[in-house]
Amino acid sequence: MNEILQHKLSIEKSAPGRRGVRFEKTQKPASAYLPQNQLRKTAPNLPQLSEFDTVRHFTALSQQNYCLDAEFYPLGSCTMKYNPKAYDVLSALPGFTGAHPFAPQSAVQGTLKLAYELQELLKKITGLSAFTLQPAAGAHGELTGILTARAYHDAHNGQNRTEVIVPDTAHGTNPATANMAGYHVVNIQSAPNGCVDKAALKAALSEKTAVVMLTVPNTVGLFETDIEEIAEMVHAVGALLYMDGANFNALIGLAKPADFGVDIMHLNLHKTFAAPHGGGGPGSGPVGAAKHVAPYLPHPIVSCENGQYTLADHRPESKNRMKAFYGNMAVVIRGYCYLRQFDATTLKEIAENAILNANYVRACLKGKFNAFFDRTCMHECVLTPPDPHTTGVHTSDIAKRLLDYGFYAPTIYFPLIVPEALMIEPTETENKDMLDAFVAAMERIYDEIQTDPQVVKDAPHNQPVKRIDEVSAARQPNLRW
Amino acid sequence: MFTPNTPEDQQAMLAKIGAKDIQELLAQIPEKFLYPALDLPKALTEQELTAHVHELAAQNKPLKNFIGAGMYEHFIPAAVPALSSRGEFLTAYTPYQAEASQGTLQTIYEFQSCMCALLEMDVATASHYDGATAMTEAALAAVRITGRKQVVVSALLHPHYKEVLKTYTRHMGITVVEAPVTDKDVLDVAALKAQLGADTACFILQTPNFHGYLEDAQAVSSVVHSSGALLVAVVNPISLGVVQTPGAYDADFAVCEGQPLGNPLSFGGPGLGVMTAKKAYVRQLPGRMVGIAKDKDGQRAFVLTLQAREQHIRREKAASNICSNEALCALNAVIYLTLLGPQGLKEVAELNLERAHQLANLINQKSFHVKTFSPFFNEFVVTCPVPAAQVIQKLEEKGIAAGYDLGGSELLVCATEMRTEADLQAYANALGGI
Ligand SMILES: Cc1ncc(COP(=O)(O)O)c(C=O)c1O
Repeated sequence: MNEILQHKLSIEKSAPGRRGVRFEKTQKPASAYLPQNQLRKTAPNLPQLSEFDTVRHFTALSQQNYCLDAEFYPLGSCTMKYNPKAYDVLSALPGFTGAHPFAPQSAVQGTLKLAYELQELLKKITGLSAFTLQPAAGAHGELTGILTARAYHDAHNGQNRTEVIVPDTAHGTNPATANMAGYHVVNIQSAPNGCVDKAALKAALSEKTAVVMLTVPNTVGLFETDIEEIAEMVHAVGALLYMDGANFNALIGLAKPADFGVDIMHLNLHKTFAAPHGGGGPGSGPVGAAKHVAPYLPHPIVSCENGQYTLADHRPESKNRMKAFYGNMAVVIRGYCYLRQFDATTLKEIAENAILNANYVRACLKGKFNAFFDRTCMHECVLTPPDPHTTGVHTSDIAKRLLDYGFYAPTIYFPLIVPEALMIEPTETENKDMLDAFVAAMERIYDEIQTDPQVVKDAPHNQPVKRIDEVSAARQPNLRW
Repeated sequence: MFTPNTPEDQQAMLAKIGAKDIQELLAQIPEKFLYPALDLPKALTEQELTAHVHELAAQNKPLKNFIGAGMYEHFIPAAVPALSSRGEFLTAYTPYQAEASQGTLQTIYEFQSCMCALLEMDVATASHYDGATAMTEAALAAVRITGRKQVVVSALLHPHYKEVLKTYTRHMGITVVEAPVTDKDVLDVAALKAQLGADTACFILQTPNFHGYLEDAQAVSSVVHSSGALLVAVVNPISLGVVQTPGAYDADFAVCEGQPLGNPLSFGGPGLGVMTAKKAYVRQLPGRMVGIAKDKDGQRAFVLTLQAREQHIRREKAASNICSNEALCALNAVIYLTLLGPQGLKEVAELNLERAHQLANLINQKSFHVKTFSPFFNEFVVTCPVPAAQVIQKLEEKGIAAGYDLGGSELLVCATEMRTEADLQAYANALGGI
């Protein structure tokens, strides 16, 4: 595309009178139906483009993106696994997309049945007693879960429980969620081995504890080996154990969180269950609960009575509703499709290969980019670069240089306890050849850091734009035309 | 099938790692938890799955839809899904690496711009989960800004929105109270005035309200502001092709369910939470925003900005816990509005207005009464001679989704541009049989 047009905004390509869609003419103007004071006074400043202009514009923009379909996207904690094309097609079937949430339930049995079946499958693979598909994302699932815990405590004389314990490795959404649910956040430091410091946990636990939020495996890619003992400690003070299941890809088919003593957890259909990430969403964050907590999940949940599926609103113990309508169905359909393509023998291969791939990358890069916790990892490894104090090259530079080599960057500077973190999650859908290519690029960057650090610090060199000064955007924010 | 490593690959990888088999890598997991029994159905091939899911979709009955109540069926030009389903958009994630994500970032900037233009507001976020959660987070922002603890809502706010608001606020010491409506199904502004007190953080105005009627937003705005509270407006985005904007009546926050802008009904999700505000409140907004920056060469570039509000920086002190949003739905919305432009938007809004009024006329000729004393956009209340549930059941037999059951004899009926004049006639005829 023409250099000058390429970076223009749609509004800068606009010409009065052009447009892409027209509708039937009405018989009367709006003023025939609405009083003057209700009418819009000035037309909105929207772009005026032909359909063809619009197609060109957005196609050109799409070409300025790295994406999973084209590039290795080892974004840790995000599980960027292949998104099967069949699910895109199936989730877009008119029978599903045309269903109105308030349609008579007899007219939406297909959607309800699919949702019900997914709830059942999620129960089976986690061992929990009930699932809601209502939450729109992982963080929304966390809030759903913590408010469910609150409803449980309210019903069990737990009003004095005011604290939620969160380890320092937790994703930012965990403490933010606890705060939104009205709890005081108690942060605890991790042990030197990267896992929960049991002494610190013990010291923090009290009759004021409502919930302990743990990510399993945690965000440094390690399984909490003492999870059962931790669950017992949590339960001993009458608190509930919440599991952030963002990393469930490491456990699917291998272990059931209910067996560890987890009371509530969320899953991310846009991670473990292969739904695409859409440039930032929509996601889907189903929440499961053990038997004693299940009545306090938000309403409604799909149930089945005599072969009829209903979105049952009669859940007397549950007062909560997390969004206007039940779940992000377009994402839910994809999650269902995914699970139906595995059985008990093949499901575990997901986790096994995810773990194998992460350990392979860790092993290959050892000596150049070392794991912060030097031990076998689960589905992701958290590496650190050669000391930036001596090289002058930071993780952010390495991330940008990877773009030049045709790879999206890992998650960086997270978890917070790892300085200069490079969090790499290859997922099971990448093959060894791709991992070898990635390792080769990392090794090359390592060499560049020694021989030509400036080329790394100036990266990227071949993207649509050069290194962006992010601070310049915040100084005098320009957020719209 | 989704794991491409061959046994030879696996052996080579294990050798590099120095492990004898994959099980050795699982030593962190206590053995008693490993490999639990799983009672899963047979794994389907893609072909089997396709047949199975088609069968499920076919169990949904296609009805001529006259239901609105928060989700609206509108025409979606083919270019919208054709563009948004491109893998470059669909399979990218949050544009953390801005230089390799300029496509997504620019579309979000354009989305924010289109939302500001449509609602006549100063700033917009990259999106929220849905209209109800966007509204709720706007109310939470109002509480933070004013330091007041009461939220007043119209009695004719969408009932599910009320529930979400109460769910999010019940444990925060925030009280939610309802302002009454008149027998014309619009707010009683005098009663509202009396209700707003020194502890009112905001009033949530929905217009058109849950019954479809347009509120006197100017009058509401002035009583709300004279009490020192903020005004949160909940609107219908398509209506803004013809109806006055939240900016025009000085709303402090304006939100909407953006689904009508190029997104299918999809049983109510994903929705698209549109969140806009006055500039002064930009640092109180939840979630992502894209702004313009410069690259090293001084070229214009787009980045995520003002991130100091967000959970990954502020943790428990963040404005919200939101992380993933509804970016792809926002992309559908911005493509939709780019295709329509101001003229197309006005036309589609006029068509909604006309079809709904035509339908109201046709219904009124039967023993059904349409409440027409307040202005409405594409939705209105019908008083039926029999329980509304019965009407819904009878019309379903004729392939029509009659509306939303308001309880008793009241039915909420919607006609968008999707309903042809023949559809309207068929609806009226079907009522004739009752
Ligand atoms: C560990 C963890 N928890 C929670 C979340 C939040 O999930 P979502 O972005 O779907 O809200 C993430 C997202 O990356 C995560 O990695």
